[in-house]
Amino acid sequence: MNQALPPHGGNNAAHARNRGTPLHTEWFEAVQVNLSASERRAATLTTRRSVKKEYQAAWLVKAMQCIDLTTLAGDDTDARVHRLCAKAMRPLRGDLVKALGLADDPPRVGAVCVYPLLVAPAVKALAGSGIPVASVATGFPAGLTPLPQRLAEIRYAVDQGAREIDIVIHRAQVLDQDWAALYDEVSAMREACGEAHLKAILATGDLKTLRNVYKASMVAMMAGADFIKTSTGKEDVNATLPVSLTMVRALRDYGEYTGEKIGFKPAGGIRTAKDAVAWLILMKEELGREWLEPDLFRIGASSMLADIERQIEHFVTGRYAALSHHALA
Amino acid sequence: MPTIRSVLESMDYGPSPEANTHALAWLENHRGGFNHFIGGRFSASSGGEHFDVMNPASDTLLARVAQGTEADIDAAVKAARKAFASWSKLPGHARARHLYAIVRLVQKRERFLAVLESMDNGKPIRESRDIDIPLVTRHFYHHAGWAELMSTEFRGYGPVGVCGQIIPWNFPLLMLAWKIAPALAAGNTVVLKPAEFTPLTALAFAEICREAGLPPGVVNIVCGDGTTGAHLVNHGSVDKIAFTGSTDVGRLIRQATAGTGKKLSLELGGKSPFIVYEDADLDAAVEGVVDAIWFNQGQVCCAGSRLLIQEGVASRFIAKLKRRMETLRVGDPLDKSIDVGAIVAPVQLQRIRELVKQGEAEGGTLWQSSCAIPTKGSFFAPSLFLDVGPASTVVQEEIFGPVAVAMTFRTPEEAVQLANHTRYGLAATVWSENLNLALDTAARVKAGVVWVNSTNLFDAAAGFGGYKESGFGREGGREGMYEYVTGTWLKDLPQVALPKGPALSALPAEIAEHGSIDRTAKLFIGGKQTRPDSGYSYSVLNPKGSSIGQAGLGNRKDIRNAVEAAVKVAGWGGATAHNRAQVLYYIAENLSARATEFAQRLGDMGQRPKLAAAEVEASIRRIFYYAAQADKYDGRVHSTRSRNVTLAMNEPFGVMGLLCPDEAPLLGFVSLVMPAIAMGNRVVAVPSPRQPLAATDFYQVLETSDVPAGVINIATGDREELARTLAEHDEVDCLWYHGAAAGCAAVEKASAGNLKSTWTNQGRQLDWFSEMQGQGEEYLRHATQVKNIWIPYGE
Repeated sequence: MNQALPPHGGNNAAHARNRGTPLHTEWFEAVQVNLSASERRAATLTTRRSVKKEYQAAWLVKAMQCIDLTTLAGDDTDARVHRLCAKAMRPLRGDLVKALGLADDPPRVGAVCVYPLLVAPAVKALAGSGIPVASVATGFPAGLTPLPQRLAEIRYAVDQGAREIDIVIHRAQVLDQDWAALYDEVSAMREACGEAHLKAILATGDLKTLRNVYKASMVAMMAGADFIKTSTGKEDVNATLPVSLTMVRALRDYGEYTGEKIGFKPAGGIRTAKDAVAWLILMKEELGREWLEPDLFRIGASSMLADIERQIEHFVTGRYAALSHHALA
Repeated sequence: MPTIRSVLESMDYGPSPEANTHALAWLENHRGGFNHFIGGRFSASSGGEHFDVMNPASDTLLARVAQGTEADIDAAVKAARKAFASWSKLPGHARARHLYAIVRLVQKRERFLAVLESMDNGKPIRESRDIDIPLVTRHFYHHAGWAELMSTEFRGYGPVGVCGQIIPWNFPLLMLAWKIAPALAAGNTVVLKPAEFTPLTALAFAEICREAGLPPGVVNIVCGDGTTGAHLVNHGSVDKIAFTGSTDVGRLIRQATAGTGKKLSLELGGKSPFIVYEDADLDAAVEGVVDAIWFNQGQVCCAGSRLLIQEGVASRFIAKLKRRMETLRVGDPLDKSIDVGAIVAPVQLQRIRELVKQGEAEGGTLWQSSCAIPTKGSFFAPSLFLDVGPASTVVQEEIFGPVAVAMTFRTPEEAVQLANHTRYGLAATVWSENLNLALDTAARVKAGVVWVNSTNLFDAAAGFGGYKESGFGREGGREGMYEYVTGTWLKDLPQVALPKGPALSALPAEIAEHGSIDRTAKLFIGGKQTRPDSGYSYSVLNPKGSSIGQAGLGNRKDIRNAVEAAVKVAGWGGATAHNRAQVLYYIAENLSARATEFAQRLGDMGQRPKLAAAEVEASIRRIFYYAAQADKYDGRVHSTRSRNVTLAMNEPFGVMGLLCPDEAPLLGFVSLVMPAIAMGNRVVAVPSPRQPLAATDFYQVLETSDVPAGVINIATGDREELARTLAEHDEVDCLWYHGAAAGCAAVEKASAGNLKSTWTNQGRQLDWFSEMQGQGEEYLRHATQVKNIWIPYGE
């Protein structure tokens, strides 16, 4: 990685979409990612920083606003999605919202994330809320269906009203280091998305090495991903801090090369308020304040929301809360 | 109080204070002032004086502490001496239980100790909580183990006696643990003087010792400043001094203890290189810099303070580093979101400021983090010097503050050259994902600790300590334990007899033996027989006073030439141990072929024939012994962290000076030269001045034994004069001296110049025929220094 950096260019506006670049394998082929050092940094991120009291409450509200409230189960029904959407619009009990002084503009989650067949009911349930519906696509979670079908699935979800598409990459292309193939597929997916934002799930648990994670991140961004996302939630290892660290560093390097701002979404296995704060710290430390908003940061989660609610209730009342006192998602 | 809405906007961290109510209550309990801990009791200073201990983060008074006087030190040493009688006799298992009891209590007080440490020293609570105190407990647990194993793992060794220990202010309780744990494990008792800036955790530790039921007098703590430390160093009844601190003070201690017989270990300053190759994980290396120089405000002896960055990645790396500096947070040490706390005291802050000012005046470009700096207390912004070179003051001097200096290099060769171009040799860091390059660099860097793709990793099982002017001795692991034991066979050895007869004379002898053809003994330098620079020879006399031959009267120039020849043949240390063993076997073979002749020579010196033959035979065996050891006295892999190899490599010192004994002129010479060269050193040996001819005959053996020129150099002449020149020579890394007590004192004192490691007979006479006294691992250990290389792994 000893080539000179190109000057910063392009549009720096926060909401501008990633325009992608041609495939530059030289940007990542020589990359080195040291596992032990990554783990050390990841482990000390949360021992170097801590938020307490009103700061902690506010950070948890922020985490709430960055949640992609997700259901991706075989038994999902319209009614189940409807209930989830209700929670997405009012993630925090009214009395707590009021106590936090946020009643004039109550918090809501970043998006609702579902399978393609459930996009329509979700869009309907969220009508008027401004909350986007995200759909997984491209043969989620394994991504091993033929490309035309995967692209058709994207188009279907977009037609149904999804404004964000969480695609999965074809892991074999990473394991075989076939970057051109990966680039071409993700580019095609980006084209199929049209106006919808593309979030590229790398399934890092399948990629195994941090070097692979870095390279796959770079190729996905070059191909036009608006977000890079860790996991489907179905791999045996989901989002971890060292993997996330590698991805956000790739994202930062890509930004240095191109001037583009890319979002990051850890997903899978993130269940506690403490986890949420850990990832927010990671974003702030490695990327800065700007990456603490839902346009550049999402957390894929479902059960985490309940823990955040309980922590906020504790902050407000000074008492430990029962799960049953908060609305089910 | 900010509103939730405003925090949602700013997303600041906000304050995150660690409560210090317990520490404050403890300080309140000692409002009347802290006393020394002597003989198991807290007692007031005999002088009645106190000094103030301040919180450097707020410039507020924390406590008043007794100033130790000479009488206080004396009382403490007496208490330690008294306790030594029974403590040293306890079975190892009993001492292990005591250490275990202490560490269990330390663990139960871990947060209290962490908070107190941060208040006293100014270090962030994250560090005292996550690094200092856990390493303290780890150290005591590890050494409870050594106490248990003393009798089996250190057969033939016993405790040294009363240890005087002087520790610095940068890791107050951790340095206490590093000193006290091994000392107690080995059966010593201690008098410890904490640094005057930071005595509080040591006093809390004293209370823990009392609570744990440690016998009175085993641990004594006397507070005070440098004068108190000097009283401890100079006390006649102290058997060992262990010091961690500045190189200047270390040098004074070396001079003060010279000739006293006190065992000495010094852990001194550093200006450790931090090498970043172009194939490194640059983001990881940037975090490494944070852990290297912005850890403990850069007040770390092994801080990676000299950044050496390969040219191809330098601008990218510096850009990343500057960005990272912007996210560092400086402030209240008790805030959990602080990276850099307070400098220990205003005087240290002043020193940092002056050096930084000088760095700018010399043309360096200063880059500082723009983070907020508290207006009260001693704080200094994380800093980076660019546009500096090896000639810059800030590159040479240890700043002991949060200031890194950065330079670039072109090739690995140049990286090593720059890394080693310092008087220090404590630690080094190497970042490269290429194992070949990383290990090659680790092997070539002259430093006691090398971290590959990591930095500032510590563990009780690994030795820590420096090369060159960073001191000698190791702390931690098996190698550290040797600093607190002594060979039991050394007790009760007789003193060396002072040489009888006239001084070496260059004038014609009155009587002479006449027999075979006269052989002119020369010096042997760089593989060549050389006439002495002085042009003088002296008559070697037999016990009857009759001349048996002439030997060259070597002088300082001969020593200079010999050292120069030895320096040149650096490849000897890089040869395989097998090759060195082969050379040794060849020497033994050739000596064996000429055994009769050597026995005859020894006979001429007055040795009885049977004994002369025995000495030659013993010499051949000794050479075989070290040939055998050459490839067997190898290093270890220490059990430290998981997914990590900590290689403890025995490395040769380099150039050694050997002053050989008068007893057993051949065997004594062989007994010093062979272990030294077997381990890869090159030597300048000064044979017995009275009886040098066996050693000078020996160069003919060397000439026929494939010994590379310059590996063994022999200079005859006056021992004390040549010893002084060797001791003062900065290219000589280690010195062994066998002679009278006064000579030992002189070389120890003169060695302070470059703080070379010295090993003397303390004026005692060894039985060179004894396998216990005249050979063994003790010799190999003194011919090597341990380098610990840390290599985390994993993909």
